[in-house]
Amino acid sequence: MNIVLIFLITIFSVSLFFYGKSKTKTISIKDNIKLNALPKFYGYYLVLWCSIPALVFLLVWSLFEPVIIKSIIIETAANQGAIFSDKNEANLIYEKIKAIHLGTYFGDIDSILRESALAYAKFINLFTNSKVVLIFGIIIASIIYSLKKIKNNNKARDDVEVILKGLLFVSSLIAILTTLGIIFSLLFESIKFFSVINVFDYLFGTNWSPQRAFVRDASSITAAEFEELKDAFGFIPLIAGTSFIAFIAMLVAVPIGLFSGIYMAEYASIKVRRISKPIIEILAGIPTVVYGFFAALTVGPFFRQVGENLGLTVSSESALAAGLIMGIMIIPYVSSLSDDVINSVPQSLRDGSYAVGATKSETIKQVVIPAALPGIIGSVLLAVSRAIGETMIVVMAAGLAANLTINPLESTTTITTQIVMILVGDQEFDSPKTQSAFALGLTLFIATLILNYIAQRAVKKYREKYD
Amino acid sequence: MTKEERLKKRHRAEKRFRFYGLTSIFVALLFVVILVQNIFSKGSSAFKKTVITTEVFFDQELLEIQNGASEEEIMEADFYDIMIENLIKAYPAKDRDEEDELLKLFSGDAEIEIKKAFLNDNNLIGKTITLDLTASDDIDQLHKGNYPRDLPEERRRISDFQLVIYDYFVENKKISKNFNNYFFNNGDSRDPELAGIGGALVGSFYSILICLLLAFPVAVLASIYLEEFAPKNKITDFIEININNLAAVPSIVYGLLALQILLATIQLPRSTPLVAGITLALMTLPRIIIPCRASLKAVPPSIREGALAVGASKFQSVFHHVVPLALPGTLSGTIIGLAQALGETAPLILIGMVAFVVDIPSSPVDPSSSLPVQVYLWSESAERGFVEKTSATIMMLLSFLIVMNFIAVYLRQKFEKRWN
Repeated sequence: MNIVLIFLITIFSVSLFFYGKSKTKTISIKDNIKLNALPKFYGYYLVLWCSIPALVFLLVWSLFEPVIIKSIIIETAANQGAIFSDKNEANLIYEKIKAIHLGTYFGDIDSILRESALAYAKFINLFTNSKVVLIFGIIIASIIYSLKKIKNNNKARDDVEVILKGLLFVSSLIAILTTLGIIFSLLFESIKFFSVINVFDYLFGTNWSPQRAFVRDASSITAAEFEELKDAFGFIPLIAGTSFIAFIAMLVAVPIGLFSGIYMAEYASIKVRRISKPIIEILAGIPTVVYGFFAALTVGPFFRQVGENLGLTVSSESALAAGLIMGIMIIPYVSSLSDDVINSVPQSLRDGSYAVGATKSETIKQVVIPAALPGIIGSVLLAVSRAIGETMIVVMAAGLAANLTINPLESTTTITTQIVMILVGDQEFDSPKTQSAFALGLTLFIATLILNYIAQRAVKKYREKYD
Repeated sequence: MTKEERLKKRHRAEKRFRFYGLTSIFVALLFVVILVQNIFSKGSSAFKKTVITTEVFFDQELLEIQNGASEEEIMEADFYDIMIENLIKAYPAKDRDEEDELLKLFSGDAEIEIKKAFLNDNNLIGKTITLDLTASDDIDQLHKGNYPRDLPEERRRISDFQLVIYDYFVENKKISKNFNNYFFNNGDSRDPELAGIGGALVGSFYSILICLLLAFPVAVLASIYLEEFAPKNKITDFIEININNLAAVPSIVYGLLALQILLATIQLPRSTPLVAGITLALMTLPRIIIPCRASLKAVPPSIREGALAVGASKFQSVFHHVVPLALPGTLSGTIIGLAQALGETAPLILIGMVAFVVDIPSSPVDPSSSLPVQVYLWSESAERGFVEKTSATIMMLLSFLIVMNFIAVYLRQKFEKRWN
């Protein structure tokens, strides 16, 4: 239906374009008046008026129609006597009703379901009809309005440009809408989570075992279960595991990245630079799932084998394997940024150092690096924020159980791993377990935001100093 | 320490420092080589499959259809007996147990393969033809040399008797390797020899297409606004900060956003390329806006001023002159953004694309997988055959990324004007 409507709107728009163009031409010849814009702008004007209101309406309608129909149907089903204790069962009944309507349901159909399916068919019909009527109404109204305007020889180009500028502005607002969407969707579930679990229990608890939270309905928790839950969502092991793996990653990425950045900025010939820089940046372009696969199937078992030979017990999901591979993934973030930063240190500083007899490496160590330090720290912080937000490597190569350890040969878990583990498979709505994933997401979001903010400030300040 | 000694020491330090730099570059490059080599050595065998050349006799007594049967009749007919009768003739087996072991050497699709041969030529009753039937995963891996045969029998998936049959096949040249059409045409399967990336390819294609259709226009319009029209005020600053922050938000957070808004609130269908495309578009948007703005900024003001001087409106100067000049940079930024979106896994896992989907999706609202998610799914499977399948999927994914990046670089180098 929607496709037919869009098709119709397109046809109307195209024909209106040609109509507007020729109409204004004939008016100008017949009445011998000077048009205020080129004829094609009258065409554009009609097209914009014909399509935008109708399309916006269609979009908004399509977003809300399923939700509204669902709530109506669930209510009618309840009035018919259908019994459901929570949202999941209501969803199930709704899906059944829908399947009956589409003729794809093969289970037993009782009277409640049959009546509801009839009601569903009625509402679908009603909604579709009113949608079509309303859209045609909107199209006709806007066509009449815009035709009247062009008959009066409006300044069509200016009007078209105002509309288009509005369109441009709306496009740039989508970034803000996305941010708002992220904040609201994380906050919404997190608030529910924190209404059951104390914020301090979450932030300072040392035990993470969300599988204990089997309770379906958050509102009907007994005191005993509450005590149990209180201890199940401790954030400390997760942040410890995340920081630990990120720390190992930085141990790999910072020296290698920094030294390659320095070498490329200070020593490498243009030819070497032109070849090696893109190859190192390949490391940033490889999908993280590939690194995860490599870490889980090659590096992890390899480390375990080496450990066995040395007489050590190495978990095949060791923090070391995940951290090492993550570090390699991050090398280009450190190297490219520090390369840029070092390049923008003014040559006069180096010349001064050479003039007093310093060697190249002494100049780099004692003049260039200190001058570039804020920028380098900024690039390292950006890399850290990449590391803690990285998901696939740790999901595939790090462990699932949360244990507090500083032994890199044991397995640890991270925030992102836990989010994935909680949300993969069947989710129980309104269970503290599902909501905890959003609380973790919120924590992660805030942490990366702060890191990025500090990093960007540092880099910007540094740039201003030398620009 | 004399002056000369000090100088020597300083020069040694200089050399050491240089050596560290060179080593780190070398280590980084080495890793690229190791990774690629590792994936290729594991994955290249997946593009071939092992087939067993078998003679198939279409016995009228075992089939309820006649020569010249229509397509529907053939589709409905049961070829199971024909399959069993012919497969057990592949090797002289002594009893039922041995026959069972013999049958296990063929893939679960042997019946369908025989049926397909009959579909191609419906006059085969009473005739004998030779068919290349797909071998089971175990034989496949053994034949490709991925599976050691010198383990004790109880630790092997293949019995001693099956090894005897295998050697007999090899001796009589009945076993060979063909192009693995299943890998490209089939959807997911529990049997590694039948599993393919067809579904994942289509799913990825739809997701990226939707992502392109949504993200590209919005990103271009937004960057045009911010670069050319936006007044310098607090709202514009706020939008800019927002875009920079969004580009650095971990991708999994977009998965949570999609879960809450697209699936729970708007109730779009789970596990579909539609939801994946919208999620990826939201994620890619800021990553496209940033290079788009850079390429608009690179167009010198003289172009705008020239257009304005001959009487163009602000809009005409931007859309007729600035945007076409910035287009190569814009396009290459978009392609790189899409390449990142193509490899993105975490948000897709959260919106349920990890479901086991056998059918190849026919539209963006069918449940589907995608290439990176398929990699994740198969890497979790225990069967040995999936290791080469996973690696081969990665090879496909990487080759798409390489092609996209080359197009981006080509566009920039070929069409972008250098202003100086």
